Amino acid sequence: MSNHHRPTIGRRRALVRAGGFGLAAILGAVAAREASATPESARDWLSALAKGEFKEGKVTIRAPEIAENGNAVPVTVSVDSEMTDGSYVKAIYVAADGNPNPGVAAFEFTPASGKAEVQLRIRMAQTQKVVAVAHMNDGSLFTASREVKVTIGGCGG
Amino acid sequence: MSDDIKPRIRVPATAKKGELVEIKTLITHPMESGQRRDSEGKLVPRLIVNRLDVTYNGKPVLAATLEPAISANPYMAFFVRVEESGTLNFTWTDDNKQTWTAEAKIQVS
Repeated sequence: MSNHHRPTIGRRRALVRAGGFGLAAILGAVAAREASATPESARDWLSALAKGEFKEGKVTIRAPEIAENGNAVPVTVSVDSEMTDGSYVKAIYVAADGNPNPGVAAFEFTPASGKAEVQLRIRMAQTQKVVAVAHMNDGSLFTASREVKVTIGGCGG
Repeated sequence: MSDDIKPRIRVPATAKKGELVEIKTLITHPMESGQRRDSEGKLVPRLIVNRLDVTYNGKPVLAATLEPAISANPYMAFFVRVEESGTLNFTWTDDNKQTWTAEAKIQVS
């Protein structure tokens, strides 16, 4: 009988141990995820600023395919709009999904801006996607994204 | 430190009525992200320029809200459509509510 029990206990211990490793692995993964933004957190950041459905189109993101220095990646975001009193871009929101935090910047425009375009330089900790959302004056939202491969990350960690 | 912080702008002095003019701005600022550690391993507190407001003859043309993901010495370029001569006013604000300003005149013909 006692011989019968031993392997069971052994198996149980092994299971408990494996369970512990599993938990540690999950916690590790959660911690790793918390250290960086994700496509979901980037979307949440954008959704908090622009409520509604994001449609593809109108937005163009220009950025290098490969950025050797993640400390300053030149990015241009432009939105197709005539920028008149009747039809203009109210705002452009920019996020990145691989930095410690997803937010990058928000730019508000008026018809007097004449053109909905802004050039900026972004810090990128690693290879990631830049996501931009344009908020039109009629409330509609347009989005585009672009991946930038980063050779040396720039978040000073 | 704030003595090192200087805004710089590039604006054309003249333009035609209705022309789209490109405005380039830069402020020399470390944009301390709050993510960086010093030599003792302590986090350096966040201190960034978080806002740039630009008006032309008092009317807003661009308002930028910046996050720590903006590079040091933040550079921004954008456009303004000018219908009459006037003055562009720029105000940068940091986390300590310190501000820096610049202005430029455009003669429209």
